[in-house]
Amino acid sequence: MKTTVYGVIAEFDSPTALVEAARAAREKGYRKLDAYSPFPIEELSEALHLHRNRLPLIVLIGGIIGGISGYLLQYFVAVLYYPVNVGGRPLHSWPSFVIITFETTILCAALAAVLGLLGLCGLPMPYHPVFNVPRFAFASRNRFFLCIEATDPLFDAVKTVDFLETLEPKEVSEVAH
Amino acid sequence: MADELQVTDQPAPEKIIAPGYTFGTVTDQIATVVLTRKTPVFWMVSFGLGLVLLLLFLLAVGVLFAKGVGIWGLRTPVMWGFAITNFVWWVGIGHAGTLISAILLLLNQQWRNSINRFAEAMTLFAVACAGMFPLLHLGRPWLFYWLFPYPNTMKIEPNFRSPLVWDVFAVSTYATVSLLFWYVGLMPDLATLRDRTHNRLARFVYGIMAMGWRGSAKHWSVYETASLLLAGLATPLVLSVHTVVSFDFTIGIVPGWHSTFFPPYFVAGAIYSGFAMVLALAIPLRSVYGLKGLITDKHLDNSAKVMLATGLIVGFAYLLEAFTGWYTSDVFEHAVTVNRMTGPYSFQYWTLVACNIVAPNFLWFKKIRGTPWLLFIWSLIVLVGMWLERYVIIVSSLAQDNLVSSWRIFEGTRWDWATYLGTIGLFLFLFFLFIRLLPMISIFEVRTLLPQAKIEEERG
Repeated sequence: MKTTVYGVIAEFDSPTALVEAARAAREKGYRKLDAYSPFPIEELSEALHLHRNRLPLIVLIGGIIGGISGYLLQYFVAVLYYPVNVGGRPLHSWPSFVIITFETTILCAALAAVLGLLGLCGLPMPYHPVFNVPRFAFASRNRFFLCIEATDPLFDAVKTVDFLETLEPKEVSEVAH
Repeated sequence: MADELQVTDQPAPEKIIAPGYTFGTVTDQIATVVLTRKTPVFWMVSFGLGLVLLLLFLLAVGVLFAKGVGIWGLRTPVMWGFAITNFVWWVGIGHAGTLISAILLLLNQQWRNSINRFAEAMTLFAVACAGMFPLLHLGRPWLFYWLFPYPNTMKIEPNFRSPLVWDVFAVSTYATVSLLFWYVGLMPDLATLRDRTHNRLARFVYGIMAMGWRGSAKHWSVYETASLLLAGLATPLVLSVHTVVSFDFTIGIVPGWHSTFFPPYFVAGAIYSGFAMVLALAIPLRSVYGLKGLITDKHLDNSAKVMLATGLIVGFAYLLEAFTGWYTSDVFEHAVTVNRMTGPYSFQYWTLVACNIVAPNFLWFKKIRGTPWLLFIWSLIVLVGMWLERYVIIVSSLAQDNLVSSWRIFEGTRWDWATYLGTIGLFLFLFFLFIRLLPMISIFEVRTLLPQAKIEEERG
């Protein structure tokens, strides 16, 4: 569904007002909404029913891959590819492989965490319609925004604006594409 | 359970941030340091000093490349000399940054929020300085990639049973993870700078670096998970790095090195010197930039307490070292211990005892913890003490080990000192560039500390 506007956005001046507005919008039945704030607000995630994300799983997989490949690398090099016999000691000297296995586990898990963060957030995304709202520059300073997107089934260019006005925002504006 | 969780975020905020701040003033005060056209004289002088020393470093490295590591006073049996001393010292300094950013985050110590950013930057730059030494010490630094396992025509691979190879992995992982953690923390603040600046070029650069961060609630919820996970990963990592560094010593059978208490002793020493560096940087910075409301006396007090606690662990380790030397049946171990106290390096040994056992105990007094300039001097004492500690461990053990006929006394040459001072220059250069170009305090994390950031629950 292609619409001319991205949605409507309301500006608030306190985190409490934003959380209340987000709750009210959910109660009203809006589902395609997003809130913007200059710092993380735990209550906001609850108000918007943001489900637990898959990042921990991604990090776990990253860590497991890192650990296994780190160990296999050492096993391959020390036992198969370039065995060095020191006084007849075993080639598969696993205790001395523990440290590098640990390091590669952490390395891959951390890389998975950062790439996963970017992937789940869809970043980098230099352009986004909300940046078209001039006041939105304050979303990274001291203002709090609630955006109801046009893809919401209940969205109506007039009624949604009227609804947002009832939440006592500082300003309501349309977000152009 | 629910009650317990709520208790944690109660009384802290008023104390750690001066009253009267709003989201707007916090943002502006921190962002202005970067976005202003005016550069304070203090910055010019510090950056200039860094630049001069950096040039000295380039000169020293140039001479080193031309003539080889012999210019460093390295002679058998002391082949580690200044290079490894400086390496261990710098890596140790880095540890406080990760401790503040990761461990204190997991422990929900909110006072960390206004010092974590520059402490993490300190970590990165300290690790960069540390990395210089093993690389230059290779003798043929351009072949450094031989340290990594890669398919090559020589059909040779590194020996994974060697602590020196462990070190390569530990330090490079540490540098990478610290950089990632730091960058993730910077993203929301880069977005703030992008939105605040009036300069087109700056907006473009900050905009690209912020990756289009827009503070969406969906993003914040993933972001919070990511920070916690990164903190959880960085915590064991930071403890492992200096442990692995200490393995460089303990795995060898050199008397004075071959001992099991090195790992905890090194980690404590690392945090001890790291917090000293945090204080040495924070105290001048907060006065010059008028940030005393954000980096308060409480922060200095807390950091001094961490320094005291870790200093006591380090002091205990010295006593244990002396005790082990006396109690052991190993004559060489015994000889090295006595030699450290009475031999050619006794001056360095007793200075380090004064710096690391006597000096930290003055931090019991609130008077010293509460007087910034005294604390500044104390942190410099600690930094000197920790450098001497590494010097004594490395040089005294190597210079006079098992075989008397191979003894030789080591002394740093002027190129040793030039390289060492040069990395201090590199550190200052990078650090003051950071101060000028990026927000030195995490803006969004400080916003969460303000009383206004709390959601007033359940109205009617």
